Amino acid sequence: MAEATKAAEKGTLFGKEERQLISDPLNDNNPVTVQVLGICSALAVTVQVVPSFILAIAVVFVCAFSNLIVSMLRNGMPKQVRMIVQLVVIATLVTIVELILKAVAYDSYKQLSVFIGLIITNCIIMGRLEAFAMANKPWRSFLDGIGNGLGYGFIIIAIAVVRELFGSGSLAGFQLIGKAETNPLLATDEISWLSWYLHNNLMVLPASALFVIGVFIWIQRSLNRKLVDIS
Amino acid sequence: MQNLKVYLYVLILTSVTALVLSLLQESLKDVHAKNEAFASKKDILASIMGAEARSKSDEEVETIFSTKVEALVIDAEGKVVKGKDAAAIKMADEMKKSEEARNYPLYIYNGADEKVYILSVYGNGLWDKIWGFVALKGDLNTLAGVSFDHKSETPGLGALIKDSENFKSKFVGTKIFNEEGDYVSVKVRKGGAVDKTHEVDGITGATVTSDGVTDMLYNSIAAYLPYFETLKPGLMKGRESEVEEVEEVTTEENDTIEMDSLVNDSTSVLDEVEVDSASMEVAQDSMQ
Repeated sequence: MAEATKAAEKGTLFGKEERQLISDPLNDNNPVTVQVLGICSALAVTVQVVPSFILAIAVVFVCAFSNLIVSMLRNGMPKQVRMIVQLVVIATLVTIVELILKAVAYDSYKQLSVFIGLIITNCIIMGRLEAFAMANKPWRSFLDGIGNGLGYGFIIIAIAVVRELFGSGSLAGFQLIGKAETNPLLATDEISWLSWYLHNNLMVLPASALFVIGVFIWIQRSLNRKLVDIS
Repeated sequence: MQNLKVYLYVLILTSVTALVLSLLQESLKDVHAKNEAFASKKDILASIMGAEARSKSDEEVETIFSTKVEALVIDAEGKVVKGKDAAAIKMADEMKKSEEARNYPLYIYNGADEKVYILSVYGNGLWDKIWGFVALKGDLNTLAGVSFDHKSETPGLGALIKDSENFKSKFVGTKIFNEEGDYVSVKVRKGGAVDKTHEVDGITGATVTSDGVTDMLYNSIAAYLPYFETLKPGLMKGRESEVEEVEEVTTEENDTIEMDSLVNDSTSVLDEVEVDSASMEVAQDSMQ
């Protein structure tokens, strides 16, 4: 009996709770649509799908490892410098991402330029450090970081799909609807459907991301019973 | 005592992170420099061959550059500066110098049919600097292509000068000299181009960046005109002469013949003579 409770206390590597740490932020506790964090970066970079995808991967990496490191440091950290230490950890990780991206995928690095650095200011990362990593064990914090990063990534890729499709008529550079020659991103007359479609220039502007997020929140709350009336 | 613990903790933390980051940076420095050099070369090629240039591998770019591209450095008066590497010139630094002291890189691509002259352009966008390359055909008048880059223009708006193949393709075929032979450069016009030879459609929602491109082209191309004058004397007045190397303009006789035919033509004789004598001096200087 004692052994069973001990085992339950220790927690398994991918037990029910651990899987929930990853699956919750994807829907029930989504950082962008439910916790309403990390909205800023969702505005600018989601004009196209490919940069958004790369940014999502970067955020998953930073969120997971900053959670891990801060969780490992949580007991020895002096109270006076708690926030500063968290910031240093986040900034170091983001710089590592930037240096590696610059070496491995230079073109994407040039395309994303400022936005990689702006991950430091992403509220999700700081938010999860304070809310979870400071009070939980390393492995679970790591999983929570992955979950929230994935939740964020999922939403910004979804926004980017809507914005690129309706704003430029393309997805990942491939023209789908509307005239290719009026697509500001492409030059050639590629084959596309619905050539009468005029590109919605509002979708190219940052404000449209907020409208799209609003619609996503609406849809999510209508479909997910757990989120009704939680305000 | 408590404070000492805090100081020590922070000191150790920052030392560790500084060590990690500087080690990473040092080990990746060469890879970064290589990537940057190739990206720059791809931008230069992109002004001639468009988006195709970016999909080329590093080896292909290197081969093209070593076999077909000649790199020169010229100064503000149009003389070739020996001993300097064109790729090492940073336009940001050059722009800080006074106009007379600046050096400019020039790449000459020996294409299948003719030479293409690739100029480096640099200017101000909405938020920060913009730059790029302009490819001129052998007549030193018609544009063969452009490629632009920027530091922090708005994605989807100002950034389209870099991303939009559509925008860049509109520059092909435009001319920098008008029929009278005056230097007019190419304008990016808000609301759409009226004269397609000297104007290009502006980007909707990116007026300031578009104006920045106009000014950048005007100022940067003007810097190369003294050198072009040495390649093709009388260029400024729109003579339809063939592309001539500097060797052609050797004798005094050639100069006087050109002078006479130019004087015969225009209405404002004095202006013509003054401008031409200035350009003659430049040509003569470069010969010495």
